[in-house]
Amino acid sequence: MDSSKSAIVEIQNLFKSYRRGSQQIPVLEDISFDIAAGEFLALMGPSGSGKSTLLNIIAGIDKADRGVIRVAGVDIGSLAEAELANWRAANVGFIFQFYNLMPVLTAFENVELPLLLTGLSRRERHEHVEIALQLVNLADRMDHYPSQLSGGQQQRVAIARAVVTDPTILVADEPTGDLDRASAEEILRLMDSLVHQFGKTIIMVTHDPRAAEKAHVIKHLEKGVLTAS
Amino acid sequence: MFILKLIIRNAFRHKLRSILTVVGVAIAILAFGLLRTLVGLWYLGVESSSATRLVTRNSISLVFPLPISYKDRIRQIPGVKEVSWGNWFGGIYINEKNFFANFAVEPKSYLELYPEFVLPPAERDAFILDRKGAVAGRKLAAKYGWRIGDSIVLRGTIFPGQWQFALRGIYRGAQKSTDETQFFFHWDYLNETMKKTVPRRADQAGFYMIGVTNPDLAAEASQAIDKTFKNSLAETLTETERAFQMGFVSMTEAIMIAIQIVSYVVIVIIMVVAANTMAMTARERIAEYATMKTLGFGGGHIAGVVFGESMTIAMTGGVLGVLLTFPAAHWIETELSQFFPVFHIKPLTIYLDLAAAATVGTVAGIFPTWRGATIRIAEGLRRIG
Repeated sequence: MDSSKSAIVEIQNLFKSYRRGSQQIPVLEDISFDIAAGEFLALMGPSGSGKSTLLNIIAGIDKADRGVIRVAGVDIGSLAEAELANWRAANVGFIFQFYNLMPVLTAFENVELPLLLTGLSRRERHEHVEIALQLVNLADRMDHYPSQLSGGQQQRVAIARAVVTDPTILVADEPTGDLDRASAEEILRLMDSLVHQFGKTIIMVTHDPRAAEKAHVIKHLEKGVLTAS
Repeated sequence: MFILKLIIRNAFRHKLRSILTVVGVAIAILAFGLLRTLVGLWYLGVESSSATRLVTRNSISLVFPLPISYKDRIRQIPGVKEVSWGNWFGGIYINEKNFFANFAVEPKSYLELYPEFVLPPAERDAFILDRKGAVAGRKLAAKYGWRIGDSIVLRGTIFPGQWQFALRGIYRGAQKSTDETQFFFHWDYLNETMKKTVPRRADQAGFYMIGVTNPDLAAEASQAIDKTFKNSLAETLTETERAFQMGFVSMTEAIMIAIQIVSYVVIVIIMVVAANTMAMTARERIAEYATMKTLGFGGGHIAGVVFGESMTIAMTGGVLGVLLTFPAAHWIETELSQFFPVFHIKPLTIYLDLAAAATVGTVAGIFPTWRGATIRIAEGLRRIG
């Protein structure tokens, strides 16, 4: 971590395991590291190494068994379910491998969706959505439904949805995993610009070495343990 | 507004499935409404009976007549204001398919006792003055194209022969529920013919209709009438018109209960069908619900979206069913008037229809709503791909 930047995510001695029948299967073991504000971090590792679980814990959609995780100073492990939902709405932008757009909503409406949880007026919401869609170069496709867009375009809509609330961190789970090379490049360039132009903090899980190359920091997980940076 | 848009679009995302479910709910609600109306119709005679009218008949059975001489003795009983009498004629118009109720009545007293049969004064007078005159209900006259002055011939079954009448009046019902498919003619015409052809059957009434001055006197007057004819050759049984009508209804009560059960079973069946549709829908959308939760929407939001979808489908079907009920009822009333002379959909039936649709939506939505609201995000997101 660059010592000149403050840590936006602090992870200390994180443990996580799943129960399968009578067996306790460890997924994450004693994970500790910090992520600086404005950093682009890639989590890599083989399938089942626990990287998606770690990403979920950082994003507040899963809970650790032990350890501390603070995002922007908030100990998210201590938040109740409803508090966590509010926290996610305000602080986390999600980019999924399969875009996870609502098929019955247009690109515009998909981007507007997370803004419904804010106190913004309809007019303000629409302004925010237009800006977000311009940012991902999809202003001309705002009335299209996901089924009318290519995979790369859908992922750009998903990115617009992730950034429209101006969250503290962006988490991306295999954002290029479902895309062809050209579209993947486009998405990575966009994510890179979010970091460099807008100072966003991105935590990305990926299998793709080319995607990981864009990151400032790469962390490897093997069987739930951090192996190298 | 946004969430409402999402609910409506979700509800009709799988158009064929949603349309089939909506049509299923609509048909179920239609069937429910018609069956409830049918049951209500069965009790119409009871409901429209007057508290100030009594019916006196032979205590053995309705098929046994009473001497016409009873009318003067009944008239003298305290509390009795008006006495009329009549016979079920059971005549057939052209053939047996053309069934309608026809009675021989004493016209003046009968029309006074039954103000719900509304006749223009001129037609009323013409009917009373013409011994071979008859009146028919508006719907009955319309069905057979009868006009005032037409000659109508009924073939007697209980009272054999060809009976010719001149139509002197067409009555309208004072209320919507009044039966407008009945036919009345002079009891004197029947009686005089009987005197000539079968004298032993003359001077006999099938029943007496009695008007009392006050409904509170009904029980007292009934007892007094029956007491008057105690130990006579034709003992009487007097009861309120309501009890008299109820006697007919109770004979077929088992059928009515069966129809009522069927009406509820129809709703239960569609409830299961709708629940299956909603369960399939919720299973397909788990990942979407998980995504919404990821974005910060709470379990309550998700529950609202899922439950709203269930209610949208059920209420769309319900409203469609209600809208179809009116033309269906009109068709029944028009085409099957010999069986259902009055087939009006009451406001209560509409409320019950909508309540049934809301129940279908609620029950069908319970499990998917719970599933959507409680889904764990990580588990839901794993469904993608």
